[in-house]
Amino acid sequence: MTTAAEKATTIFRRPRAETGFWSWLTTVDHKKIGILYGYTAFIFFVIGGAEALLLRIHLASAESNVLSAADYNGLFTTHGLTMIFLVVMPMSAAFMNYLLPLMIGARDVAFPRLNALSYWIFLFGGIFLYSGLLFSAVAPPLGVVPGIPGNLDPSDARSFGALPDGGWFMYQPNAAQEFSPSLAIDFAALGLQILGVASLISAVNFIVTFFNLRAKGMRLLRVPVFIWMTVVVAFLLLFSLPIIAIALFMVTFDRQFGTLFFDATAGGDPILWQHLFWLFGHPEVYILILPAMGIVSEIIPVFSRKPLFGYAAVVFAGAGIAFLGFGVWAHHMFSSGITTVAQVGFGLTTMTIAIPTGVKIFNWMGTMWLGRLQLKTPMWFAIGFLTMFTIGGLSGVTHAVVPSDWQQTDTYYIVAHFHYVLFGGAIFGLFGGLYYWFPKFSGRMMNDRLGKVHFWLWMIGFNMTFAPMHWLGLQGMIRRTWRYDPSLETWNRIVTVGAFIIAIGLLVFIFNFRTSKRRGEIAGMDPWDARTLEWSIPNPTPAFNFAEVPIVHGLDEFWHQKYTEDKTGRPIRKPEADEQVARLEDIGINPPEPVHLPNPSYFPIVMAAGLPLIAYGIIFHRSIAGKALIVLGVVIALAALIGWGSEPLEEAH
Amino acid sequence: MTAAAHEAQSPHQDLHESTGVENRKLAMWAFLSSEFLFFGALITNYLLYVGREFASGPKPSEIYDIPFTSVSSFVLLMSSLTMVLAHNALSRGDQGATRTWLLATAMLGSVFLAGQVFEFTEFITLENMTLATNPSASAFYVLTGFHGTHVAIGVIMLLSLFGLSKRMGGLTNRQFLNLELVGLYWHFVDIIWIVIFTVVYLLTAVPGAS
Amino acid sequence: MLPTRRKKLGRLLVLTALAISLASCSIIGIPDSPLNSLDPQGPFAERIDNLFWPVFWVATVVFVLVEGAMVVSLFLFRDRPGRKEPRQIHGNNKLEIMWTIIPAVILASIAIPTVRGITDLTECGADAYPIQVIGHQWWFEYRYPQEEVVTGTELVMPAGREVCATMTSEDVLHNFWIPALNGKRYLVPGQETQLRLEAFEPGTFIGQCAEFCGLSHSLMRARAVALTEDEFASWVSSQQEPAAQPAEGSEAAAGLEVFLNRCTQCHTVDPFNVVALDEFSGPDLTHFMSRDTIAGGALEYSRENLTRWLANPPEVKPGSYMPDLGLTQEEIDSLIAFLETLE
Repeated sequence: MTTAAEKATTIFRRPRAETGFWSWLTTVDHKKIGILYGYTAFIFFVIGGAEALLLRIHLASAESNVLSAADYNGLFTTHGLTMIFLVVMPMSAAFMNYLLPLMIGARDVAFPRLNALSYWIFLFGGIFLYSGLLFSAVAPPLGVVPGIPGNLDPSDARSFGALPDGGWFMYQPNAAQEFSPSLAIDFAALGLQILGVASLISAVNFIVTFFNLRAKGMRLLRVPVFIWMTVVVAFLLLFSLPIIAIALFMVTFDRQFGTLFFDATAGGDPILWQHLFWLFGHPEVYILILPAMGIVSEIIPVFSRKPLFGYAAVVFAGAGIAFLGFGVWAHHMFSSGITTVAQVGFGLTTMTIAIPTGVKIFNWMGTMWLGRLQLKTPMWFAIGFLTMFTIGGLSGVTHAVVPSDWQQTDTYYIVAHFHYVLFGGAIFGLFGGLYYWFPKFSGRMMNDRLGKVHFWLWMIGFNMTFAPMHWLGLQGMIRRTWRYDPSLETWNRIVTVGAFIIAIGLLVFIFNFRTSKRRGEIAGMDPWDARTLEWSIPNPTPAFNFAEVPIVHGLDEFWHQKYTEDKTGRPIRKPEADEQVARLEDIGINPPEPVHLPNPSYFPIVMAAGLPLIAYGIIFHRSIAGKALIVLGVVIALAALIGWGSEPLEEAH
Repeated sequence: MTAAAHEAQSPHQDLHESTGVENRKLAMWAFLSSEFLFFGALITNYLLYVGREFASGPKPSEIYDIPFTSVSSFVLLMSSLTMVLAHNALSRGDQGATRTWLLATAMLGSVFLAGQVFEFTEFITLENMTLATNPSASAFYVLTGFHGTHVAIGVIMLLSLFGLSKRMGGLTNRQFLNLELVGLYWHFVDIIWIVIFTVVYLLTAVPGAS
Repeated sequence: MLPTRRKKLGRLLVLTALAISLASCSIIGIPDSPLNSLDPQGPFAERIDNLFWPVFWVATVVFVLVEGAMVVSLFLFRDRPGRKEPRQIHGNNKLEIMWTIIPAVILASIAIPTVRGITDLTECGADAYPIQVIGHQWWFEYRYPQEEVVTGTELVMPAGREVCATMTSEDVLHNFWIPALNGKRYLVPGQETQLRLEAFEPGTFIGQCAEFCGLSHSLMRARAVALTEDEFASWVSSQQEPAAQPAEGSEAAAGLEVFLNRCTQCHTVDPFNVVALDEFSGPDLTHFMSRDTIAGGALEYSRENLTRWLANPPEVKPGSYMPDLGLTQEEIDSLIAFLETLE
């Protein structure tokens, strides 16, 4: 390109590796980034699951001393943070990254390097969040008073040291300096801040990609539902992240720089934290569930061999849920003493959310009705999503009945509800997607029989774990409780057994994934006889995605390339369909003309490395080392920015 | 202008842009819409504490120096004008004028920042109002501080454009888009200040208290 | 090969189902927990209960319909040899409108009693008996402003009369919950919230702090003790009495000595020492023996439990602000002798 640019790139030799370790560090390919997101999220899923198992082992008896109270508090907080921010969000991001360009017929996202930056920031943010653990050994950590308020028995030592212990929503002032003086909350607050930056970058990137890079002819109402949900989630992130950013800044400033936002003794308002947190937190719930809804909307039509029933209704319902999601936040605070008017208002808006959610569920069932159901693993997971999510939705309606929420809030009834939505909903949906799109990135099929074993283990284990929690909650077992009434022990044991069944199911999945990836049946290009564009290119996906950019004529473009309909509306495979599929696969493997792709770059990972350094610096800002770290972080990020700016996306060819 | 925008489009993208808005510009709009909520939350946060009484004072609303802040607000407002002039100059292809107006914009932004530093210093040393005096003061400093940071980042971007133009003897068509993006950002920061000045300063100032 | 495996899987499923149903049979015999929220003992809790069950049954009907339709469609439409390709139906506007409107109508019918429930249950009645509730890490303090009585953990109240609890917190958020009498309400530092409580009949109702409030959150317990009008009046007058002087040379007198040396930084026993109410303080111990529990409800009162508590409080309640004072067994015994005089 310009001479200046060439000069600048000589600082760093441009990375050339296309395979191996370095290629993953420097990749800007949305598919590789998606895979990185997927593996990282999965590792965190195992960690978060192990935390859950520890909690459940502890709760197997009412007076258990398996975990100390401090460890228990640290583990449930970290379990929540991990599952929400380091598992469901990035796992959704994995699918979005991998599939967004493929499903709209593009060769990459709008900003490939920003995409890489977003991943690295996410990874470093996650590591940063957990790195608080290391600092429990540093005593006293560089000028900060360690410990916790009150007195601890020596037997109550904290093996998990500085795990954040305020609950994932870190209610103030319990999570303020005075009541939680260890560094844990600082690591959580700044870690979430870093993760927020990653999500914000992704959101902007996906929005631009969605609006600008759709293939010719792909009008808005021809876009697959999963992609619609991706962009709806991107907007939710765009509008909710700044609010949590402010709230987290306020916490960090309160804890580190002496501001008084949540200090009640100085006139601060602890309830303000809750408003800000849930103004983000409720849209966040939809950020977690909408991608899974999108995945299910892709799976069900394919395995019912029917188009999605009420496509437009499903899309608008998704957008409607997102829109309403900004108007219901205070339903997390019905017992906080908010005014009567607020309780009435938020109770009513909460009920209205049930309407678009119902529309979605009915449309999915309408798709299955009169279909020809292929009960393969992805379909089972979609069915699992539907049935479990319905339960979570219905228990949600009982919370909208405000007075009954006064009884149920802060009990296991709530724990049951949101696990039905987030595990029975989001996780089932995401694993369905994994089974469905596994051939896309591996070129092989997952073993279907093992997949079904996994599904049924999860279905049984999940219900054994979470269904009794409804009853436990109604029986008055409060959430986040280290001790509970001995009369509830039997139920809690059943729950613990259920949790282990889930863990066994996960082991089956891991085994299946590993063996299928190596020795699974070769998938071919279109193993599911699918409907959308990502299946019109070979498996595994070639680096350039589309050898020739598709022109879209309607919804379910790929299906209509293969099928026409008879007079009664039943599909008939076009005589030339096989030939067409073979041709697409052939040009996908041997592109008629070379396709130029964006080059890999070092700068995203370097730039991302600056952020956690700044965050460490803020935590230890009272010491010289801390101040130096802030400067170092800023310098690294700025240097990478300059390098980035002067490096062209593609080398001249 | 359209030609410039077209050329600036990233080369790997041989697909059309469905909206007709260049990728990076669309990204900037999306980012700024997020920023609106960022400042919205900060302003709301400040307003929440306005009516409350605290054990220790003063509250910022009691010590505002409205005439002084009016002047610095006017300075920032004028910088939006010079930004438009820079944009105009470049679309005419007048590189010299572009540099002048870019520098003028950066200077006006710096004057505003200097005003803010002066204001903070006065509040802290003369009025004894620090970050930790009361929640209202905390909210004030965090809000105006974040705005000031945004202005500072804007000034750095303006100076980089100026420097680039100086070194390369002018801005290319490709960099025209950069100037447009910086302009968008700059106007946004300006608009936010107008809101802050009106809502946070003028509407909450306690008359005669200073 | 395949069919036998299917059969095996089927048999496994049947066995699991059997195991689950057997387990649930044995579970039916389990008694309710003391915090059971489905056993209202007062008008407010009953009102909530009356709101919950209809909604629960509506939800159950919807659940059965939706999941039933799902199961039916799995049986009817699962792919079998010879099944024809399905007709490509893209949607049906009438159905869309129907399944938008019907849930809306159902929800509206739930919304009306909900709104009435909220408006009826939030504001205290004008002639309610006022009590102040103050949350501490990790115990509840109660003040009776009309009677100038201060007590902790066990909220003594008249039965059959509305009590209006005006609540706040000394430190972090707490959440006061007596499931048999009403739902929860936060205790917010620097702010006041209100909760209506009323019991139909005299009795003891178990409660708990429901908002995560730190290390001993799970041990921050409460009770409401509803008394008849007469019993309540005599309880109040006994609470207004100061403690009696222990007999010279008795073990209790030695215990008072220990108390005055070791405990008075946080605890009050009228008339021996008085800690200003709003200083950081532990519970007022003047009428220690009038309560059934110790350590913020973490333990039932008994000599063994009290010994355990005094010997090492953080062992009972992690993080307890009452430290391990290193009391000797002798000191503990005499302290207990003194405390037992505090009727």
